[in-house]
Amino acid sequence: MTQSAAPPDRRPVITPTRVIAGVCLIAPFVAMLWVSSYARVEPTLIGIPFFYWYQMAWVLISTVLTMVAYKLVQREQRARKGGGSQ
Amino acid sequence: MTNAPEAAAVLAGSATKGVNGVALAVFVFFFLAVTVMGFLAARWRKADESANLDEWGLGGRSFGTWVTWFLLGGDLYTAYTFVAVPAAIYAAGAAGFFAVPYTILVYPLIFTFLPRLWSVSHKHGYVTTSDFVRGRFGSKGLSLAVALTGILATMPYIALQLVGIQAVLDVLGIGGGANTNWFVKDLPLLIAFAVLAAYTYSSGLRAPALIAFVKDGLIYLVITVAIIYIPIKLGGFDAIFHSAGKALSQPGAVPGKPRGELVSGPNAQWAYATLALGSALALFMYPHSITATLSSRSRNVIRRNTTILPLYSLMLGLLALLGFMAIKAGTDIQGNPQLAIPQLFEDMFPSWFTGVAFAAIGIGALVPAAIMSIAAANLFTRNVYKDFLKPDATPAQEHKVAKLVSLLVKVGALVFVLTMDKTVAINFQLLGGIWILQTMPSLVGGLFTRWFHRWALLTGWAVGMLYGTLAAYGVASPTQAHFGGSSKEIPGIGEIGYIGLTAFVLNVVVSVVLTFALKAAKAPDGIDETSPADYTADAGDRGVVVELPPATAGAPAGH
Repeated sequence: MTQSAAPPDRRPVITPTRVIAGVCLIAPFVAMLWVSSYARVEPTLIGIPFFYWYQMAWVLISTVLTMVAYKLVQREQRARKGGGSQ
Repeated sequence: MTNAPEAAAVLAGSATKGVNGVALAVFVFFFLAVTVMGFLAARWRKADESANLDEWGLGGRSFGTWVTWFLLGGDLYTAYTFVAVPAAIYAAGAAGFFAVPYTILVYPLIFTFLPRLWSVSHKHGYVTTSDFVRGRFGSKGLSLAVALTGILATMPYIALQLVGIQAVLDVLGIGGGANTNWFVKDLPLLIAFAVLAAYTYSSGLRAPALIAFVKDGLIYLVITVAIIYIPIKLGGFDAIFHSAGKALSQPGAVPGKPRGELVSGPNAQWAYATLALGSALALFMYPHSITATLSSRSRNVIRRNTTILPLYSLMLGLLALLGFMAIKAGTDIQGNPQLAIPQLFEDMFPSWFTGVAFAAIGIGALVPAAIMSIAAANLFTRNVYKDFLKPDATPAQEHKVAKLVSLLVKVGALVFVLTMDKTVAINFQLLGGIWILQTMPSLVGGLFTRWFHRWALLTGWAVGMLYGTLAAYGVASPTQAHFGGSSKEIPGIGEIGYIGLTAFVLNVVVSVVLTFALKAAKAPDGIDETSPADYTADAGDRGVVVELPPATAGAPAGH
């Protein structure tokens, strides 16, 4: 995209921002694939066993995490573009 | 899940019950409204030059955040999902809930992979994943393998949408009796189908995009009402789970084992996790997910969508709980768990709202069926017709072929549903998930690295396909000798796991080992027409036009 204007990207591929975004994206995998951590009935929430409401709570948690990752990636991209094309 | 005598019982049952007039009227009303919208959609955001695949098959690549949200939501959460997930919960309890972690995991994956695919596709005018694979690895063979896998996996998926409509029609009482002539019996389905085919043909991807608004509005309304109203009627969640737990601990179809469990037991956890992960990986490989993604206006539309799409997962989770409510309510499923939810709705809701709920499911089948047939048509046109049959096809010819193929694909699905038992469609859908997962190394591997060798990927694909198919063939269930399920013992680990994921791992191992071997042997590598910057390009960047000229659909850029 900016081949002519800027030299090929010499900036590091792994940046702290990207690491945090990566952790946000990986966390749901750890939580959801570790089934034995939530395979139980107690504590129930308004009568719903833990197994079900915990996973549904993770829908919300993963949404927040993805949003954080989105904001981080977007901010970094803006910074890069601002620095790259001038 | 159903065998012939059961199906006959279903038909007989619905025949004796009679037609629910009010519900039917509401259902027909929504259906007609949606039909009108489908045809009008052709004029929505119409481009000057519309006789090409970018316009018909990708909606002009113009969809913003909200349209993409409805389109992807309408696409990934199909009518069959709404019927099958609670049905699985009804039949076996916790095991069916894997759909929730599965849809949670899809979004981080889409967030990571698909913006890159969007960029490179936008830059080079790719319409399908196979276009990309051809461009990246310079291999028509690999591209053909990916295209055929996509078409093969999509067909039974479309068939299942029709099965979803059938379930609703059965409960409405217009599924016909056992003695009625087959034509009269299937007439409602034929009409629904003809309407769907006609507006997909004329409006392309714009039709499902517009109808998805209605579909999702109805679905959200129905779920919200159901999840509040039904538990109150049944005495609260405590009572629901109490009686569900009791019912699930009763002996089931397998001698000596209970029907299901309320939470995943130690023996079921590997299967639960691998099914969730494998299905998540497979879902965004499906041609229809890719088509909806590529139709968006920019990279950011995709990423922003991964933060709002989980709203559907929440809804799916609530919907799944309806399966337990059907147990508590003692819903009469006439031997077919697929009828649990439609029947529960009819028992619980006043007639007019039953009509709304059924319209939601019915329209919920039309949207994905339309997108799927468009996706399959895109694949055929670009990667079979243009690559192999008529290399000098003009954009207008591509457009025409795609429209015809979208019809053919749907007729194929219809014949499938009408001539064969429902179990065949379900079996093939199960195989489809396993198959489509085998295209992942080529696609995702290709998005991030050019290290893999094209022949190694092709061999890995073949090994994965073969293993997956044979392994699934060998799974027996109480009602079926073959294709009885999607989980089997993982070789070397000994736990029960999702076959698709095992086949995928095998596929990757073969691809890696062979790539080393082929590189050592200096086998000719294909030409890569993409460059690293293509994968991060966004609309508005220098050299990336927002509106692609129609001609790019014909001539791959770069060379």
